[in-house]
Amino acid sequence: MQPRFGFRENAHTADWELEVWAPDLACLLEQAARGMYALSGMQFKPGEAQNRIVRLHAADAEGLLVRFLTELLWLAEQQGLGFEAFSIQLDGRYNLQAELGGYAIASVDKEIKAVTYHNLQVQDTAQGLRVKIVFDV
Amino acid sequence: MVTLQDLKRINDYEWEIPKSFRPDMRVPVRLFATRRMLEDVMKDKSLEQAVNAATLPGLVGNVIVMPDMHQGYGFPIGAVAATRLPDGVISPGGIGYDINCGVRLLGSHINLETAESYLDDLATALNQHCPSGVGENGVVHASEAALEAVCNQGSRWTLKQGFASEADLRRTEESGCVEGADPAKVSKRARQRGCPQLGSLGAGNHFIEIDLVEQIFDDTAASVMGLEQGTLAVQIHCGSRGFGHQICTDYVEEFQGVVQRFGIHLADRELVCAPLNSPEGQSYLAAMRCAANYAFANRQILAHSARKAFEQVLAGKLKDWHLHQVYDICHNMGKIETHIIDGERMQVCVHRKGATRAFGPGTAELPDEYKAIGQPVLVPGSMGTASWVLVGTEASMTQSFGSTCHGAGRLMSRHEAKRNVRGEKLRQDLEAGGIHIRAGSMAGLAEEAPQAYKDVNQVVEAVVGGGIAKKVARLLPLAVIKG
Repeated sequence: MQPRFGFRENAHTADWELEVWAPDLACLLEQAARGMYALSGMQFKPGEAQNRIVRLHAADAEGLLVRFLTELLWLAEQQGLGFEAFSIQLDGRYNLQAELGGYAIASVDKEIKAVTYHNLQVQDTAQGLRVKIVFDV
Repeated sequence: MVTLQDLKRINDYEWEIPKSFRPDMRVPVRLFATRRMLEDVMKDKSLEQAVNAATLPGLVGNVIVMPDMHQGYGFPIGAVAATRLPDGVISPGGIGYDINCGVRLLGSHINLETAESYLDDLATALNQHCPSGVGENGVVHASEAALEAVCNQGSRWTLKQGFASEADLRRTEESGCVEGADPAKVSKRARQRGCPQLGSLGAGNHFIEIDLVEQIFDDTAASVMGLEQGTLAVQIHCGSRGFGHQICTDYVEEFQGVVQRFGIHLADRELVCAPLNSPEGQSYLAAMRCAANYAFANRQILAHSARKAFEQVLAGKLKDWHLHQVYDICHNMGKIETHIIDGERMQVCVHRKGATRAFGPGTAELPDEYKAIGQPVLVPGSMGTASWVLVGTEASMTQSFGSTCHGAGRLMSRHEAKRNVRGEKLRQDLEAGGIHIRAGSMAGLAEEAPQAYKDVNQVVEAVVGGGIAKKVARLLPLAVIKG
């Protein structure tokens, strides 16, 4: 039986497709972030924990997903930070506040250029939410 | 889903998905490929993506797909689409995140025989002089003011800084500077990403390669380009780095709301677009041109670094170690061009995503020395396989908006490539085959394995057979530097 939440890489000819599932949107965002980090082969440096707070708004769940992951890519490139603790609050109108705990990045295997909207659709299934995200790499 | 039965044969190298295939298509899709290649084309969703692209408002002619096509996001990679001015749309997803990703070719008079013993040192020196890897900073850390100058002037800025010669600029598409850039249309984030990365290769499928000019197919064209059989050449493949990625990200986000306002219905949200004559469309065009100019400058600085590497290794040992520019092409761009479509001369915005401009002989935009032979087209193969130098033709002007293929085109997913290929083993195999490898990431190397790509020779046969390019020379890899 499939766990209630998680992610896996699907075949995509040129880029990366990540399939993510979770019982709710906050968990879906967290799993998508973990999946993105896993795809890029991110390794953390041992050392002092770093915390950040991210506030975002979008028109819909798909927009929030793209903005949240894009924000994490920005923090990785500009501040050299990756995160493994996520406390994500949503208000039902696609306003997000995320408290993130993580570390400085030691290395990344692969560069992700962007999070795309390609065929992006958060589907509400009997098992929870499910989405396929294509990253430009 | 598009099947083989949906394709109408035009000739041995051209196929059509007619407008009647789906009610929302505004123009047909024209595909350049041999019958043999179609089996591979059907393995992914590239033709479905081309059909989606064919629904955009303001399209004229056909959506063209090249034989190196593969599934992308929004548009497939290997697509060309033209929208009429003033009210057709411009779509950032039809150009790509790596705006003005392209290829530069430098030729030389260095014979392989005399340089063979220095190849390993050259690979090391190129790796040292040309920063590569994920998020890696470049040779230049540009100030805000310098970045603005790069946005406005492209390669002309590098000329003033001593990184370029007049001949380099003349032999660069658009002479290395697209007019109409406006740095005010670029976000603060894009600027922050752009400042430190100027003069860097990046990662992914970007590379610097030392090649051997193995075979000449057109003596006249090769001679004009300064390509001699048996000599070394250098290819540089990269784009606008985080600066371009951020500009595309910003406008794909902004356009999500724009399409609703203009009542544009999309087959895929990544196809978001804005009318060219709208303030939003104009803003994107101006920002995209900043990234295009950044990419020209980026490749120019890397070319300067490659020359320094050659000087470091070969000066005093060989008589002539100079690297001269053959040409620099873009394969992810949106350009305002004039074409004759259905007998009517019109201004259009040509989206090329994984497709190379291939203007034919006599075209005004070409430098004088190339006017008689047509525009050089640079088609890198997969790692460890041949690359090609082609020229544009008269037919490419009428059949494909002056465009042709851009590379081998992926066949295998990155996931599958990683599963089937071990990076370290691949490196050993390539080196056993006489190719010197410098790679930052073995996982990245595995994803770019030659078996993950189509046969570039077949791709070239298809565009040559289709009349949209002519062969000039074939190059074989001797050393590869990857991020």
